[in-house]
Amino acid sequence: MRELTYGQGIKEGMRIKMLENPDVFIFGEDVGLFGGCFGVTAGLFEEFGEKRVRDTPISEGAIIGAAVGAAAVGLRPIPELMFVDFATVGMDQLVNQAAKMRYMFGGKLKLPMVVRLPSGGGVAAAAQHSQSLEAWFTHVPGLKVVYPSNAQDAIGLMLSAIDDDNPVIYLENKTLYAVASQVEDEVKPIPLGKANIKREGSDVTIITYGKQVYDSLKAAEMLEKDGIDVEVVDLRSLYPLDTEAIFESVKKTHKVVIVSEEAKRGSYAGEVAAIIADECFYECDAPIKRVCALNTPIPFSGNLEAYVLPNADDVVQAVKSLF
Amino acid sequence: MKISNETIIEMYEKMVKIRKFENRALNLFAEGQFGGFVHLYIGEEAVATGVCESLREDDFITSTHRGHGHIIAKGGDLKYMMAELYGKDTGYCKGKGGSMHIADATKGILGANGIVGAGHNIATGAALGIQYKGTDQVCACFFGDASTNQSTFHEGLNLASTWKLPVVFICENNGYGISVSQARHQNITDISQRAVSYNIPGITVDGNDVFAVFEAVSEAVARARKGQGPTLIECKTYRWRGHFEGDPTVYRPEGELEQWKKKDPIPRLEKYMLENQVMTQEEMDKLNEKIDALVEEAVDFAQASKFPDVSSAVEDVYTDIIEEGRSR
Repeated sequence: MRELTYGQGIKEGMRIKMLENPDVFIFGEDVGLFGGCFGVTAGLFEEFGEKRVRDTPISEGAIIGAAVGAAAVGLRPIPELMFVDFATVGMDQLVNQAAKMRYMFGGKLKLPMVVRLPSGGGVAAAAQHSQSLEAWFTHVPGLKVVYPSNAQDAIGLMLSAIDDDNPVIYLENKTLYAVASQVEDEVKPIPLGKANIKREGSDVTIITYGKQVYDSLKAAEMLEKDGIDVEVVDLRSLYPLDTEAIFESVKKTHKVVIVSEEAKRGSYAGEVAAIIADECFYECDAPIKRVCALNTPIPFSGNLEAYVLPNADDVVQAVKSLF
Repeated sequence: MKISNETIIEMYEKMVKIRKFENRALNLFAEGQFGGFVHLYIGEEAVATGVCESLREDDFITSTHRGHGHIIAKGGDLKYMMAELYGKDTGYCKGKGGSMHIADATKGILGANGIVGAGHNIATGAALGIQYKGTDQVCACFFGDASTNQSTFHEGLNLASTWKLPVVFICENNGYGISVSQARHQNITDISQRAVSYNIPGITVDGNDVFAVFEAVSEAVARARKGQGPTLIECKTYRWRGHFEGDPTVYRPEGELEQWKKKDPIPRLEKYMLENQVMTQEEMDKLNEKIDALVEEAVDFAQASKFPDVSSAVEDVYTDIIEEGRSR
């Protein structure tokens, strides 16, 4: 075992594939000389050169669109947008082009590309640099969506995402970049669609991903003192979704809380709740709860932002409301 | 530029093929044989033909909602195209795309596209892929005058020129963005002027003169193959039909269409061919008959084909996931 930060994990996943496959290359805003806005690609420009680690103009439509074109002619691009919020500018290329081309063309084209999108709040970046937009991407047929919570998963999911022949949205939580965790010496690819039980428990299931895995684990510790045994499921992959792992846990605990950092209205958390209600309603002996951000843009001031975003106390409160 | 008789005949054949396919599609649509949005290329044949004749089979194109002409000119098969218009299982897209989304990766056709301006960035990306792999292929990007007001036009041309990518931007200026005339949608007359912003060559040609298109594009393709970057070529032309079949074209000034019909690219080429003994009238008639038969064969093929099995609706979303179907 060794210790790696989340950011280093993302980089290691890309680096392994770049060494292995000359068709894999990176481009995006400040990913080259500068080493990435959050330092994730630091060193790759020096190691692989400008051909494979390219700085682009600030031009999100061109970044995503160029990835679509390059993938269509046989490469495996990894475009990065500096913030998930900027995906709005390249959304046509993602939603109408990348996601639909294979289907519209009758399955005769494949578009292997991994779009890296730093997400989430908590860094005083205000409303246009702090969003959690996973519901937009999971809503679109043709996209796969992953969201690692730690270095090992960041590597394993990246390896699978790059090998995947479909467009994969790779969401990264920007408060986790510097968070270190233990990583196996040789990390294997983690198949997309496999959740990870972070903590086993018998009284309630918390379904979560990304930064909220940490909030949920913290909440679980606090709840343990109250005698509530919490199971924490880290989805890792939002689509494909490991419904089997979810149902299995719900059948064991009969109570569910879904935790995400999104604005609650129209959230991906709501989709997970609906799937459980559809398939496992009679297994639940309490309402399915969501803990999300408030339905506001993310504010700047520290106390306002902390108020809007969900935290471990909110999770504790939601769990307790079920007992 | 000396153009061989063989090339001229090939171009003539492509233009006639496009015209006849489109005229047949027009009638079939009017008869109610198929639905959907059908955007016809009649009147603009010289553009697609002159461009694609400058390309090799292994070169790429991106197309538009008005894509039939591009696809035929790049070597698309009329049978699979017609079957796709009918929404049949044997169509290019197995009935999932229709008129607006025909693609054939084996011919380098990266797809017609229903989003105005979507191709600029995709073509730029294909050219990035070509440059990355180090081959001497090129990508031609077709788009209309109105799409040059989309942000993608600027993004694509900026990136392609900055990285000197092997892409040729072909603006088909047919005078209208749907119902809005060029004078009402932009403050310029010659779109090629916009090339100045990217420090690349910008040329305006008579889009109804297939030789003019062929010459300009051949030169641009040669530059692109040598790594000298993109070119913007504006081909001034006119669409004879409305934006889509069913468009009443109330926005067209009286007499405008008739003026353009006088500049029909096909009789112009026929006149040249006769005057220069490229083909006799009899040979041309024969070729026309052959193409009529090909179009009819395509219609027969499409009509005889079956509609896709509904189970296929949930296939091809991903390479490895079949989505859940209905229990009916």
